[in-house]
Amino acid sequence: MAEREYNFIANLPRIYATYTGGFILFIIIMAIFEQLGMSADTIGILFVAFTIVIYAVIGWLSRTMEVGAYYVAGRQVPPVFNGMATAADWMSGASFVALAGGIYFGGHGYLAFVVGWTGGYVLVNSLMAPYLRKFGCYTVPDFIGTRYGGNTARLCAVVILVVASFTYVTAQINATGTIAARALQIPFEVGVWFGLLGILLCSMLGGMRAVTWTQVAQYIVLIIAYLVPVIWMSNVQGFGIIPHFGYGDAVARIAELEAQWGVGIKATEAFAGQRALTVLHNAPGSGALAEWKFFTLALCMMTGTASLPHILMRYFTTPSVRAARKSVAWSLFFIFLLYFTAPALATLTKLQLLDPDLATSLIGKSIDEVKNLTWIQKWSNVGMLTVSDGNADGILQINELFMRSGIVVLATPEIAGLPAVISGLVAAGGMAAAMSTADGLLLAIANALSHDLYYKIIDPKADTKHRLIVARVLLILIGAAGAFVASLKLTGILGAVAWAFCFAASGLFFPLVLGIWWKRANRAGAIAGMVLGFGAGALYLIYIQNGGTQILGLDGLRFAIIGMPVSLISMVAVSLMTAEPDAETQAMVDDIRDPSGRAVLAQEH
Amino acid sequence: MSQETQSVRDSHWAKTRNLTITILILWFIFSFGVHWFAEGLNAITFMGFPLGYYMAVQGSLIIFVLLIFVQNWMQDKIDDEAGFGEEKN
Repeated sequence: MAEREYNFIANLPRIYATYTGGFILFIIIMAIFEQLGMSADTIGILFVAFTIVIYAVIGWLSRTMEVGAYYVAGRQVPPVFNGMATAADWMSGASFVALAGGIYFGGHGYLAFVVGWTGGYVLVNSLMAPYLRKFGCYTVPDFIGTRYGGNTARLCAVVILVVASFTYVTAQINATGTIAARALQIPFEVGVWFGLLGILLCSMLGGMRAVTWTQVAQYIVLIIAYLVPVIWMSNVQGFGIIPHFGYGDAVARIAELEAQWGVGIKATEAFAGQRALTVLHNAPGSGALAEWKFFTLALCMMTGTASLPHILMRYFTTPSVRAARKSVAWSLFFIFLLYFTAPALATLTKLQLLDPDLATSLIGKSIDEVKNLTWIQKWSNVGMLTVSDGNADGILQINELFMRSGIVVLATPEIAGLPAVISGLVAAGGMAAAMSTADGLLLAIANALSHDLYYKIIDPKADTKHRLIVARVLLILIGAAGAFVASLKLTGILGAVAWAFCFAASGLFFPLVLGIWWKRANRAGAIAGMVLGFGAGALYLIYIQNGGTQILGLDGLRFAIIGMPVSLISMVAVSLMTAEPDAETQAMVDDIRDPSGRAVLAQEH
Repeated sequence: MSQETQSVRDSHWAKTRNLTITILILWFIFSFGVHWFAEGLNAITFMGFPLGYYMAVQGSLIIFVLLIFVQNWMQDKIDDEAGFGEEKN
């Protein structure tokens, strides 16, 4: 058994190289079928179905009944592969589908997401990952519970984890539902359950081990799907093979066109969930408020990154502390590949629509001509795009074209006139991004409930078999709850994602950081930090959601700016007012800081 | 634990902490500092881009990736010097 495992790890590069080759071959075959006359819809169905079957097979092959394999993939995932898995775990449906669209509509202010969602990894690497790996826990509440001692602290961490991750997972199941519904031509409400089925097939039998190896496979699909259309489009438009370094001219050209078309004039009509372009592409805005908004959003996303349990737990799976650090570096590198492409995609797509010198442009053309375009009709029919002649002059103005932000990625191949095989590829990529994140989140929740709540608090005598059965039952229940909430369509994809970051940052950031970096931090302080920080953030969100006036320009995306200081101050104050931790705990903190030697917690616990 | 191991641990931790603080200062500058002045930086052209825009779409991101690789390389040296490297496991 052990030898077979070793061979498997040694062969990983070959296995995934073969897989990548196979996927590229599949794309080529689809392209040939398209030439032979296969319809775009059939190609879309084949792409989504084929990739999901592959993930399910990987999930089935990785099935396990061992606790160590189920919770932390046996702690033998090599850094580069863990980097890919983390990148897939990290890049959600929002990153894949909505990021470029957000930049397209949001301009400079939105770039705070791009900076925040990458810079957070410096915090993960500096403050968290190596130390948590040395600690040797299975889950994030496992660290809180052991470092501070007592079931109350553990329970607080479990509650925050569940709230943050559940907010996030509904958005992911929502995204899988949207893509499945479009690709497979089924109603959204059915698509949501279909997406959940795919997600559970990946994670249920093999826990963390299965999720790890499917996430690597999903990363490969999603990054190919993201890069191919951009590079293709760039070549068509003459921005070079790799557009990333040469689109400065496009940014300048957009600024000219914005003046010509009058970007910034408010639209006279409104369509639910759709927006007209009214924000300049590159205008940071002067004045302290604009700068403060950028700062606060980036900060919330960064501290949230460093506190989200489904990310931190990926670093529990490496063989050593050094490997954990290495894999953080690789994670950010693999994430970077997509994140520095998104602004290029947003810019080039915008140019396609605005520049009258390009055949694909829309603005300034007659309304009838635009309404007759195939891609406009297709996306209008599914309620993601509206062309409406607000001023009744028969010409399409910039503020008469309404789109959902997700369309920038999903419809780019059609806007640029790329073949249908690329649209199918993009659908498969979006599916991979949403599924991989949903998998990680569901597992984080189910593991916290099964390990920390059931095993550590309710029934410490439970045997391995029981623990793993409970873990799987919880996985199904939580997934079903997530799919149910998603089918209610409560919020947009991105709102809920930013909330998850703020919840995690408000409640978990300082208890985790100070647990490692401040020996004096004790149980009472940590409980105060978690309860008051999380409570203050949540109350502020409720206040804002009910129409309260923003304090310091902080909206619902930035409520961690309220939660975090409360958490820090209360944790420090209460820690100092109560007795310092015992010698054993302090020795444990020393031990975490020493990268050599055994993990603090036993191999199986 | 002997006195000697404790002092090795203390000096290892002091070095680790200093490295971490240095990295976090750089992180702060490229996360927030440069973007606070984005509008002013946009007057400068870098590789054909307005600099403030470039930093937000690429510059800071590239620096974050490099920052982590460099930090890990230096941290490995600190660990090895203290005898806390991998081979002791």
